[in-house]
Amino acid sequence: MVNISIDGKKIEAPAGATILQVAREHGIQIPTLCSHEALEQSGACRFCSVEIKKGRRTKIVASCLYQVENGLEVDTKSERVLNVRRLVLQLLMARNPKADVLKEMAREMGVEPQARFVPDKDKGKCILCRLCVRTCVNIVGASAIGLSYRGSHKTVGPPFGEDSPTCIGCGACAYVCPTGHIEMKTTHDTRTIWGRTFKMTPCKTCGRYFAPEDQLKFISETTGVPVDDLSTCTSCR
Amino acid sequence: MKKIANAAALRQLQQELKKKWDPKKPVVTICAGTGCRGYGCVSVKEALAAEITKQKLAVDVRATGCFGFCEKGPLVIIQPQNIFYQQVKIKDVDDIVNKTVVKGEVIEKLLYRDPGTGKRIQKEADVPFYKKQMRLVFGSNGMIDPTRIEDYLAIGGYSALGKALAMTPEKIIKEVKDAGLRGRGGGGFPTGDKWESCREAHGSPKYVIGNGDEGDPGAYMDRSLMEGNPHSVIEGMIIGAYAIGANQGFIYVRNEYPLAVMHLTMAIENARNAGLLGKNILGSGFNFDISISKGGGAFVCGESSALFASIEGKAGEARAKYIHAVEKGLWDKPTVLNNVETWANVPLIINKGAKWYSGIGTAKSKGTKVFSLVGKINNTGLVEVPMGMPLREIIYDMGGGIPKGRKFKAVQTGGPSGGCIPESLLDLPVDFDKLAEVGSMMGSGGMIVMDDRSCMVDVAKYFLAFLQDESCGKCVPCREGVRRMRDIFEDICAGKGKEGDVDLLESMAQAIKDGSLCALGGSAPNPVLSTIRYFRDEYEAHIKEKRCPAGVCKALITYSIDAKACNACGLCAMVCPTGSAHGEKKKPHVIDKKTCTRCGACIESCKFDAIKVK
Amino acid sequence: MNSSTAKNVDRKKLREIIDRYHGDRSSLLAILQDLQQVHNYLPLEMLKMISGEMDIPLMRIYEVATFYNAFSLKPRGKHIVKLCVGTACHVRGAAGILDKLERTLEIKPGETSNDQKFTLETVNCVGACALGPVMVMDGEYHGQVTMSKVDKVVGPLKKGAR
Repeated sequence: MVNISIDGKKIEAPAGATILQVAREHGIQIPTLCSHEALEQSGACRFCSVEIKKGRRTKIVASCLYQVENGLEVDTKSERVLNVRRLVLQLLMARNPKADVLKEMAREMGVEPQARFVPDKDKGKCILCRLCVRTCVNIVGASAIGLSYRGSHKTVGPPFGEDSPTCIGCGACAYVCPTGHIEMKTTHDTRTIWGRTFKMTPCKTCGRYFAPEDQLKFISETTGVPVDDLSTCTSCR
Repeated sequence: MKKIANAAALRQLQQELKKKWDPKKPVVTICAGTGCRGYGCVSVKEALAAEITKQKLAVDVRATGCFGFCEKGPLVIIQPQNIFYQQVKIKDVDDIVNKTVVKGEVIEKLLYRDPGTGKRIQKEADVPFYKKQMRLVFGSNGMIDPTRIEDYLAIGGYSALGKALAMTPEKIIKEVKDAGLRGRGGGGFPTGDKWESCREAHGSPKYVIGNGDEGDPGAYMDRSLMEGNPHSVIEGMIIGAYAIGANQGFIYVRNEYPLAVMHLTMAIENARNAGLLGKNILGSGFNFDISISKGGGAFVCGESSALFASIEGKAGEARAKYIHAVEKGLWDKPTVLNNVETWANVPLIINKGAKWYSGIGTAKSKGTKVFSLVGKINNTGLVEVPMGMPLREIIYDMGGGIPKGRKFKAVQTGGPSGGCIPESLLDLPVDFDKLAEVGSMMGSGGMIVMDDRSCMVDVAKYFLAFLQDESCGKCVPCREGVRRMRDIFEDICAGKGKEGDVDLLESMAQAIKDGSLCALGGSAPNPVLSTIRYFRDEYEAHIKEKRCPAGVCKALITYSIDAKACNACGLCAMVCPTGSAHGEKKKPHVIDKKTCTRCGACIESCKFDAIKVK
Repeated sequence: MNSSTAKNVDRKKLREIIDRYHGDRSSLLAILQDLQQVHNYLPLEMLKMISGEMDIPLMRIYEVATFYNAFSLKPRGKHIVKLCVGTACHVRGAAGILDKLERTLEIKPGETSNDQKFTLETVNCVGACALGPVMVMDGEYHGQVTMSKVDKVVGPLKKGAR
């Protein structure tokens, strides 16, 4: 265990825990955009930045990744920190003018859009938080979507912008997307996502179409459980 | 070459090879670095070799690494007289062989002519470009053929390795610490401390990496080192690996340096054949080998975590460095990453000792540094100077000042992470900390000189455009922030700057510095902040008066023809892509300002300097 | 050669390249670089082949191929014209030379001319700053490039049959 302080509050924390984990444990709010409990932290959005002091020097770090050490002093609302958060929000609002969740956060934090940033029209609502990609690669294991190009051209989607050959239509990416950028249309017996339409499997018991055939096939291949045994929806199981 | 069994055998071999290098034997060395190849040095070398063979002369012709005085290439040095010939062409070859090599006669017109005194200078060491240099790392570049390990051994190469393998790793690390060597890639981190931390780190295997990515545009010291003396880097890395306990090393070379890749590959192969790489090096029981990893054209991969990702076969995205590379680097294993110039300093320190090394330079910046002096400078090239030399001496004494009689305006150091240093600070000594104090940094050593026709707002815009292109795109402050700063600059340079833009840029700069994930974004605001600090008046002219004082920003300038100077030759009209430059025969020509795009074609073609820029 | 034989030749060449690096997944960049030497760009079919041969998700290969400037996913021209736009060359007027190249070749950086003759690319420093502005065409370095030099070097190729 190590002794640290967050916003003046003295805390005993397990060594190796991140500042974000410790803060949440003690009811101290640090806003995040690209963080998710089920996923490894990426540190991409910088929204969770805090100012830390160790010895004489202070610096700004991402609280989702920085591990606590003895004697660490953390300020979650310093001038420099608020400056970073304000800029991140303003930049993202300009990139994704239609993402309502950003506007709400801005309202809560008292951040005005920066008039000097001309809003983009071609980025949709994607803030490049990578929650979808991390889910697809690490949780689902399909690697159907990813990040291509670099810098301001960075995009999320399937390779070549074409129908992804390995997508199983599970919709986990759409579920985890914080802005609703990923469109998933489910009709009676089909689901369309990332440009591909998937045939859905009906539940053996109630007949409701509940999961894409490709998804069940994928789960069957990875777990060895026959598709037939998987063909029952969660309500009937 | 047979495998060298041990340190004693190494010494013996060195002596044998040195004997073959009879100092009285005539040798013609010609620089064969990438720069001189662009001047056609390969054909010059072939012509020299052919003529010498034809005359059956007992003279060696040796293609060496970069001599450094790139402005005056192709460069040829005739030994043993040390006659320095510059701008050598194929038509000079006959004279060089028949007059100089055979008879010892000096060809005046091929000697360097001092523009100040008008005198011709014979010896390399007397040429002002070289006079004040201290060529410790680069000294051998002009002497050895980098494709022959025998040459490196003949001048005593690998002696440091022999010595080091008889020392303990702790002793080696202490020597490097005491020498005060700091990283030459830009960070300036104390090398000995880095090695010590890695040695103490838990985890295996450990790795050493030579960073040859050299992404700073305008900096090409590492290229010349890797091309011209690859063994000095390899020797340094073997010593470092032994000190920290690594058995595998990598040299990461930029994709844009094919000759460096080739020479390093050959050098590694040669070293392996000689038993200096591989198993049981010099009979010490220490195993170590090096692989070359080529970059894919990404500046960000000069940054350690992105470089590791690249070697691991992934996109070069940066990672947070809260846990240092010395503990968790390549494949999450303890790794020492040093710039290739840093590695090349190591054999010098081991051979001559920390006391000697720390006697060179300033209190906190020891040794020498190689700088690339480029841009608006008379003597473009690579200079190696002791730390602490004033900028003024580098730019004027070695660099020969500004061409075409124009006025010095600023020197940009540290690449896209650095800043501009104005004339008022020219007496600043080059030293890690002094440069940082004035808002710039040493960086990898690029020094880009600018004159009164360089627009500092344009320079900042250029760097932002560069960084926008090279950003890995992972974090918001860099990916989005740099782009938005650039957009504001595009406005300013197009005459659409607004009151408050400079304040906005300064506030964004602080947030981007603080919030960025890695040093690319973290230092991206530096050129902006530095040019605002020293050239605020130029920003104000662009924003308030819609005027570009240096005459660069196209939207804010106009071209016109001075009727008195115009010779009516009609060349401008011929090259003008929009038909804006026109005129009747034998009458002074005019430029239609409405259709003129300020492309510059007319200025280039006009021999009467009649085109005026306002 | 019919398309299936061509595919087999391609697969054989690819296998040679992969074996050169012992099938090591972390050598993906080197494999792509060697592959591009063969085809002058990275055909989608070949990337799919790599995915199959090395058991790497196509998405990962696409991520790497699009991240690095060295790779082109579109066919490139017979003559690759690279203009250095590094700082030293910029200060010596590379921007004006780029404009001239765009006008002459009628393409923008990253594009290939309709007749597949030229691909124009910009490079952020080739390390030959004394020669600035520098243009590298088909691996050959041209220094102190002026607009008239562009005409001299590129002109004959543009007019010629090849």
